[in-house]
Amino acid sequence: MSTPDRPTEAKTREDDDEFARKAGIDLSAEAQHTTPAAPATGAAMASPIFKLEDVGVQYGGVPAVEKVSFELIEREITAFIGPSGCGKSTLIRCLNRMNDLVPSATVTGKVMYGDQDLYADDIDPVQVRKVIGMVFQKPNPFPKTIYENIAFGPRVLGMKGNMDEIVEGALRKAALWDEVKDRLKTNAFGMSGGQQQRLCIARCLAIEPSVILMDEPCSALDPISTAAIEDLMIDLKERYSIVIVTHNMQQAARVSDKTAFFNVAKVEEGKRVGNLVEFAPTDKIFTNPEDERTKEYVTGKFG
Amino acid sequence: MSATAAEAQIARRTVERAASGERWRDAAFRFALLLCLFVAVLFLGALLVDTFVDGVGILSWDFITSFPSRLRPEESGIQSAFIGTLWLMALCAIFIVPVGIASAVYLEEYADRDRWWNRAIEVNIQNLASVPSVVYGILGLAFIVRGPIDVFGLGKGQPTLLAGALTLGLLVLPVVIIVSREAIRAVPPSIREGSLALGATQWQTIWKQVLPGALPGIATGVILALSRAIGETAPLILVGAAAFQRFNPELDGPFSALPIQIFNNVGEPEAIFRDLAAATIIVLLAILLLMNSVAIYLRNRYESKW
Repeated sequence: MSTPDRPTEAKTREDDDEFARKAGIDLSAEAQHTTPAAPATGAAMASPIFKLEDVGVQYGGVPAVEKVSFELIEREITAFIGPSGCGKSTLIRCLNRMNDLVPSATVTGKVMYGDQDLYADDIDPVQVRKVIGMVFQKPNPFPKTIYENIAFGPRVLGMKGNMDEIVEGALRKAALWDEVKDRLKTNAFGMSGGQQQRLCIARCLAIEPSVILMDEPCSALDPISTAAIEDLMIDLKERYSIVIVTHNMQQAARVSDKTAFFNVAKVEEGKRVGNLVEFAPTDKIFTNPEDERTKEYVTGKFG
Repeated sequence: MSATAAEAQIARRTVERAASGERWRDAAFRFALLLCLFVAVLFLGALLVDTFVDGVGILSWDFITSFPSRLRPEESGIQSAFIGTLWLMALCAIFIVPVGIASAVYLEEYADRDRWWNRAIEVNIQNLASVPSVVYGILGLAFIVRGPIDVFGLGKGQPTLLAGALTLGLLVLPVVIIVSREAIRAVPPSIREGSLALGATQWQTIWKQVLPGALPGIATGVILALSRAIGETAPLILVGAAAFQRFNPELDGPFSALPIQIFNNVGEPEAIFRDLAAATIIVLLAILLLMNSVAIYLRNRYESKW
């Protein structure tokens, strides 16, 4: 394993190059000719990484969320907020095709990642998830050692390189290395909840994704662990695009650049469907929202 | 008296003394439960003691290493039956472990439960688990020994060890599938999600996360299924297991087994055969006890980690 000083620095630069290449990663076997230009410089920072056009999700024909359109900017943190049942978790699971695991779920509209349609016929969801990682609500470490938890992803993806270095690099990026370096071979279940969640983030970073999706990552954690994860998100923002679903409005206000507010609307009697109410810079959502419903929600009048 | 004082008085009720009738009923109920338990344990215990008293005198290393004999019962042993039972267990395991686990993985991880044929398979597996073993014996006789599924051409219409093992395998396969499914289902979905979200394929997720997590449960189930298989008599009688076999079994030849040996000894008129049967029962029970202990150990040692 490398010593903490110079080798790590060198490694970081390497990783940056790696990241630049990653941003234009191929999703399908025959995608070479569709590779988007790699945004390596500051000028490309504001390019949209996700573009949603009229996206809707139905479970067994019953719409859960519909008519969602927005663009997410690369290397920003975007927060999805809204009351329960507004479809924010459902929507985030469209972004890496986790909804495919629910047989009854169908996705309509267009989810563009760069210039690739994630729901095109020649896209394999497994390839999508290699590029767009996900962290879940409840920490879900594998019942293995800390080391094996990190190494699992790189191994199944057949990543080249020294596994010890990959594990150390991922744990460093997740600000977990110093806490666990002496017990890498112990079971991950022996960690605290907050450490487990950071392990899940490290696990996700180990496969070098371009985007990290976080579905209420702090809802099972105490305030101190939550703060650690928020700090980590702000660090990671320099290199990754992050989407976070949260019930905690203060959290959205603290960490995110953009905020999407979702709400539940009654369409007919008994039928409820989520929709996007407002999508704007976080400052604007919390201080001067356009929509009355957003204002009521962020000021705590309902939800 | 003020209103509040009145309320305070109403609020404080005295504790009633226990009615002796209720106490008595409670004790009687407890006694009845204990009695039921006692009846169950008493019969089992009596059976065990009786068997031991009869059989322990016969039990020796010679008993285990000698071949059975109808003509000279005092020299009779159980070697061929003992080896036959070990063979049956091993062959049965080779058959049921891959087939049972693969079936369980399909039903749990791939089958779409909304399809009627998958539901039909599920219901039928439950039913198959409760089909009497003698029916499997008839099946083994008709289809494996004599019939179209003459395994590897080895059956030659004759009762063979392989045919016996396959028949026992079919008998316990539903149990293995059911137990394996439960073990697979006990692996929380969040583990699968976590693995898939890292870009692992469904196959990798099952092979590297789900099955390792389910393994203790599956192993327990397989051992219990095997211990049921080697205790079965009826299917082996129908498949044509030999009595008093004077040589060790081979895959494509005649075979015997401990329960068959017991069954045949009991049928003999002389008293000594009953003691031989008792001694054989002790050996069989020892094997079963050992296997069940391993199963219990596995279950406790690797109890659910989540």
